[in-house]
Amino acid sequence: MPSNITEKITIDENENTIEINKLVKKFKNFVAVDSVDLQINKGELFGLLGPNGAGKTTTLNILATLLPPTSGDAKINGFNLKEQNKIRHSIGFVFQDSTLDDELTARENLDIHGRLYHLPKNLRKQRIDEVLDLVELKDKENRQVKTFSGGMKRRLEIARGMMHHPKILFLDEPTLGLDPQTRRNVWNHIERLNKEENLTIILTTHYLEEADYLCNRIAIIDHGKIVAIDSPDNLKKTIRSDTLVLKTNQIKDLVELLQANEISEFTVFENSVNLATDKGERIIPDLLNLASKNQVSINSVELKKSTLEDVFIHFTGHQIREDQASSADVLRNALKATGRF
Amino acid sequence: MIFDIYAIWRREIIKFTRTRSRIVSSVVMPVVWLIFIGVGFSSSVQIPGIEYMDFLAPGIVGMIILFTSIFSGVSVIWDRQFGFLKEILVAPVSRTSIVLGKTMGGATIAVIHGTIMLAISSAMGLIPVESNLAIAFGFMGLTSVCFVSIGLIIATQMRSMEGFQTIMSFLIMPIFFLSGALFPIENTPEWMQFASYFDPLTYGIDGIRNSLGIQGNVPIFVDGLVLAGFCVGLIMVGGFLFKRSGI
Ligand SMILES: Nc1ncnc2c1ncn2[C@@H]1O[C@H](COP(=O)(O)OP(=O)(O)OP(=O)(O)O)[C@@H](O)[C@H]1O
Ligand SMILES: [Mg+2]
Repeated sequence: MPSNITEKITIDENENTIEINKLVKKFKNFVAVDSVDLQINKGELFGLLGPNGAGKTTTLNILATLLPPTSGDAKINGFNLKEQNKIRHSIGFVFQDSTLDDELTARENLDIHGRLYHLPKNLRKQRIDEVLDLVELKDKENRQVKTFSGGMKRRLEIARGMMHHPKILFLDEPTLGLDPQTRRNVWNHIERLNKEENLTIILTTHYLEEADYLCNRIAIIDHGKIVAIDSPDNLKKTIRSDTLVLKTNQIKDLVELLQANEISEFTVFENSVNLATDKGERIIPDLLNLASKNQVSINSVELKKSTLEDVFIHFTGHQIREDQASSADVLRNALKATGRF
Repeated sequence: MIFDIYAIWRREIIKFTRTRSRIVSSVVMPVVWLIFIGVGFSSSVQIPGIEYMDFLAPGIVGMIILFTSIFSGVSVIWDRQFGFLKEILVAPVSRTSIVLGKTMGGATIAVIHGTIMLAISSAMGLIPVESNLAIAFGFMGLTSVCFVSIGLIIATQMRSMEGFQTIMSFLIMPIFFLSGALFPIENTPEWMQFASYFDPLTYGIDGIRNSLGIQGNVPIFVDGLVLAGFCVGLIMVGGFLFKRSGI
């Protein structure tokens, strides 16, 4: 038997844990979620990737029965959105902003969670110990949460979200604001939950590398609309994958040369020409030969493998604006701190 | 349902015991009032058949219950701001249970404060021996439930504590002054008496006085019925507004 962890994932294509049907959410006249259709299978680690304000949180809130949709419907674990309590019992939710009680200890936070989900006393104790072990916080269980670091809080919230054995775990921006090392650590925990406990996980993120690294499938969402869904690899294949960046001082000559050879998929910049290609490294020698034969001197050649970022730009027409994202987060936190939010 | 209420109640109590040293500071102010208002007005306020200090003590018990209850109810604003409210809202727990758990928790804490104030008054010799303490506790409980509910209602209308000072001046202080805690209602102008009868605290304090053997304004069963009516009504309004306020 191969012991490769990845083979333990069982994605059951026939069993949709989530079916979303033409879901729409309007706030006054603003359309936050725009006719979203989505099927998510059991055991998947599914990512909703989109910039700030794309409608990720709103979508999750609707699925968790916290917000009523304007129109459309969804089935979660076989329940429709009206069956609020059944859905809530069967899901775990980790919110974008911390929802721990800072004044309580880690264990007390988990304990109240266990009570709210009706775990009997013994099971509650057992699960608290299990999940604390899982996220390696056992030795800090009696510390007040306000003494925890951001990463520890995040791990505790994830532990809490899965404590009542939900069938689906929703993670809204699980690594927002964490440093790269802590982010890695949280990723590992998320991966383990998905693989070892075969838990269906839906996460939202605006970190491309996070979606790329973690998810089996990704839906790119922009302005409330899903613009693409597939595995990260397939998404990367859908765009003419690679880009050759040719730097030269003879832009005009190079462009003419390319056109003469019926190569048309390129973009011209000030001192480089970017060539879209799917053959990647194999056409570099031919291209250089051609150039030198025609006295066009190429200063440098760079091969850029396509990334999820390119995919994102391809489907949405803009960058995911991570820099703007972070300043929006800063603003949101500042507003929160002054109590004006 | 009862377990959900208990779970939410329990959190309030844990948080309270964690900050129990705050009891001292929340009791100091009423004690200062009792001593200075009591001593200061003893000579100028004449109430037939009773020393002013004895009259004032139940009023101050009502005062501490009023403030602690309202603060407990309003603390939902913090729960919302610091996020914990979402953890409760996404759990399979009815909104009614949340409101009841929160109300019971706040009321328990308020009654504890009231009891401490009662004990201090008793140590000062202000509580007559023939008092029916069980009934006094009943009134303290009902009064607390009323005002935690009012706190909750305030919390559903405010997203931050910013406007709280205004509410303090325009709602909470009038409730206190109209209640007859400091002076007998029948000595006030008619318009003020009229307003007093719409103030739940009037019946709370009157009920406490009655059960402590001090002649109240209205019979004790009237106090009980009106106060219970206020409780039911306010819990229902609070529950309704809370359900509507969402995440
Ligand atoms: N209660 C609300 N009232 C009005 N507009 C809202 C409300 N909640 C969300 N919106 C708007 O809906 C849009 C989608 O918001 P949402 O929180 O779902 O975005 P998101 O994809 O989660 O973004 P982020 O990455 O910043 O968390 C935003 O433009 C937001 O301003
Ligand atoms: Mg969001």
